[in-house]
Amino acid sequence: MTTHFLSIEGLKKAYPGAHPPVFQDIHFGIDKGEFVCIIGHSGCGKTTILNVLAGLEDATAGGVIMDGREVSGPSLDRGVVFQNHALMPWMSVLANVAFAVKSRWPDWSKAKIAEHSTRYLEMVGLGHAIDKKPAELSGGMKQRVGIARAFAIEPKMLLLDEPFGALDALTRGTIQDELLKIVQATHQTVFMITHDVDEAILLADKVILMSNGPLAKIAEIVEITMPRDRTRADMHHDPQFYRIRNHLVDFLVNRSKNYAGSDTTVLHDPKHPPVVRPGLLEEEAPAGASFRQAPQLKQVVNH
Amino acid sequence: MSSRLALRAGLISLLLFLLFIGTWSVATRPVEATDHGADAEYAALMGKGVDKASGFPPPAKVGEAFVTYLSDPFYDNGPNDKGIGIQLGHSLIRVGIGFLLAVAVALPLGFAIGMSPLLFQAFNPFIQILKPISPLAWMPLALYSLKDSDISGIFVIFICSLWPMLINTAFGVASVRKDWINVARTLEVGPLRKAFQVILPAAAPTILTGMRISMGIAWLVIVAAEMLVGGTGIGYFVWNEWNNLALPNVIFAVAMIGLVGMILDQCFGVLQKLVTYRE
Ligand SMILES: Nc1ncnc2c1ncn2[C@@H]1O[C@H](COP(=O)(O)OP(=O)(O)O)[C@@H](O)[C@H]1O
Ligand SMILES: [Mg+2]
Repeated sequence: MTTHFLSIEGLKKAYPGAHPPVFQDIHFGIDKGEFVCIIGHSGCGKTTILNVLAGLEDATAGGVIMDGREVSGPSLDRGVVFQNHALMPWMSVLANVAFAVKSRWPDWSKAKIAEHSTRYLEMVGLGHAIDKKPAELSGGMKQRVGIARAFAIEPKMLLLDEPFGALDALTRGTIQDELLKIVQATHQTVFMITHDVDEAILLADKVILMSNGPLAKIAEIVEITMPRDRTRADMHHDPQFYRIRNHLVDFLVNRSKNYAGSDTTVLHDPKHPPVVRPGLLEEEAPAGASFRQAPQLKQVVNH
Repeated sequence: MSSRLALRAGLISLLLFLLFIGTWSVATRPVEATDHGADAEYAALMGKGVDKASGFPPPAKVGEAFVTYLSDPFYDNGPNDKGIGIQLGHSLIRVGIGFLLAVAVALPLGFAIGMSPLLFQAFNPFIQILKPISPLAWMPLALYSLKDSDISGIFVIFICSLWPMLINTAFGVASVRKDWINVARTLEVGPLRKAFQVILPAAAPTILTGMRISMGIAWLVIVAAEMLVGGTGIGYFVWNEWNNLALPNVIFAVAMIGLVGMILDQCFGVLQKLVTYRE
């Protein structure tokens, strides 16, 4: 189990005063180069998990191990894209990225920092706007700068908290495409929170489903079995798409509340949350590719 | 469109000014000898109307004072007779030194208080008690312990500039957006770089507002302080001219105080614009 690049083990968070913990017994792993999305209802603790991964918040119990080392405190190894971009408004676009690059490579010359930063800004299509202030940019452009800043430090892992939540559908689509291209080119390991089921299906290799809080759990891990070269434009033509989509939506609408606290109506081992592949019909499943948690899959799916 | 508005506003300002001068000259026109006998007698009894020059000066007299003083602002004929430029210079130097000392204390202390809720709570009662004390109330203590009127003046400026800057710095630092701090944390930015490149620019507009308020108060206080300790400065000049019963000079000095105060405020307005950012 500990062969994962990043593993979360027995994570629990309780706020002082708030009686039931927000979540506990959270176990999952992320492999190198994997794109993992987490979905769950508002308030279940997704942001808290991401902040613990980032080292910005301490867990009440449990821990995170990345690349063989325990995560304690923030680190340049983990780049974060914040929900509301978190650009420094007094710095130009270039200066915002350069600030991060300078933090990563303090010995670099000014010219080298500027050149490196510009390259990443060009990658997100902002080569023309490097001298602008964030206030002069649209919401989508600001979020792109945030993404460029996170990629520019070439972290071992990227953490994104609903990065496109505040954007209109069109902009969101374009940036999703860009993110997909960059991630595929760089083989970046990504952990991303989203509340958009289609976004998760497009981007993720696996989707972690979180049940409602308090006492939220990892309910299931859904593997996205569609071909990796899927695009926003064509993924609707794949029959897998609707099966996966229905599975995710069904979880959010019907099943996510069944895991809470002592009224758990589902048999569930938090250390080994069921891994399911709703995209594949059973007969389509390639011979020999056994589901890691097949018995539990049945329980969950038939519930 | 806006330039036309400015033009019209300027015209109205000019009209208001002329109206003011007009009212003033009418109100202070020399008393004619056509007064009723009873009134003249009454005035004589009350010791008034005898010396016309001691009445409130008309605009022309004050205008003369403007011309005289502004035509030679930097002469120096001994302790009680210096040009207005020199007197204002003395006041500005005192304000400048006191203000800079206050900056040197308020910025680091405000940073510390703003960053640490513990220090904030510990310092807060003292700040709350010391803040409302009129700076002039410190003057006797300052004179006694510093034994120098010049330094005491500077101290009074220091103490009155301190509070707005301290409070605004602490507030500005404490309310820097959590996101920006988190960005710095995830980038493993060192404490000094974080202070100067993240917190300072983020809090700069609030800090400069505090400085602007401080400077305004300092300029108010310096006049009173110099009236008390005497020697030099625009406050002393006003007091001295009052003792000479030279009201035109007093009025001239009052106008100068307003003018310099306005220029100081405008300077801080420009600085404030420079550090303000749009989100
Ligand atoms: N500082 C705090 N004190 C008490 N409760 C908190 C605090 N921060 C978050 N919570 C609670 O923790 C839960 C999880 O929050 P969060 O991780 O932001 O959820 P999500 O990102 O999934 O919407 C929420 O129910 C929220 O009320
Ligand atoms: Mg959240």
